[in-house]
Amino acid sequence: MTSWIDGLSWICLVAGGAFCIVGAVGLLRMPDIYTRMHAASVIETLGVGLILLGLVLQACFTLVAIKLLIIALLILFASPTATHALARAAMIRGQKPVLAAAEDLPSKH
Amino acid sequence: MMFAVAAIALLVTLVFALLRAALGPTVFDRALAVNAIGTVSMLLLAVMGFLNGRPEFLDLAIVYGLLNVIGTIAVLKFFRYGDLGASTGRETST
Repeated sequence: MTSWIDGLSWICLVAGGAFCIVGAVGLLRMPDIYTRMHAASVIETLGVGLILLGLVLQACFTLVAIKLLIIALLILFASPTATHALARAAMIRGQKPVLAAAEDLPSKH
Repeated sequence: MMFAVAAIALLVTLVFALLRAALGPTVFDRALAVNAIGTVSMLLLAVMGFLNGRPEFLDLAIVYGLLNVIGTIAVLKFFRYGDLGASTGRETST
């Protein structure tokens, strides 16, 4: 029983760490701000979700698990808000998407 | 052992995000990288609490996450409007 939970926890933690590294490599290598935002959101959804799930499996049904759930809810509500504000601020301040076709860009009027 | 693996992966993530914050050509890249650094260090606090057998670190992680949200929104509002205060009614054209 315990080894079963441990194995599941191993899988969640390693997969979460791998998704975090993938997101960070994307954050470093993507060409412009919008695609970097896309890469960073991998960290904030799959990375955070899997790592916190692995920790919850280790904590069983205690107050610690409730705190981990609060952290997960906080990140799941806050990081899309921050990403939306960031994209809007970047668009208003005139950052152009590098990879967009010319007719998809917002017109200046 | 599993917590150590997760902590090492999070540290590598932290280094990459720090590189982006140092390199980032625009201020928005830096804000994005700082936001990612805040999220990852929140996770790192939680994992380090488990690694040391002291899950009280989760409270610190919650506080750090709240500060991170407020900080990011404040910095973005500053760089969007060039001001943190309330508008006085005549500058609502943006």
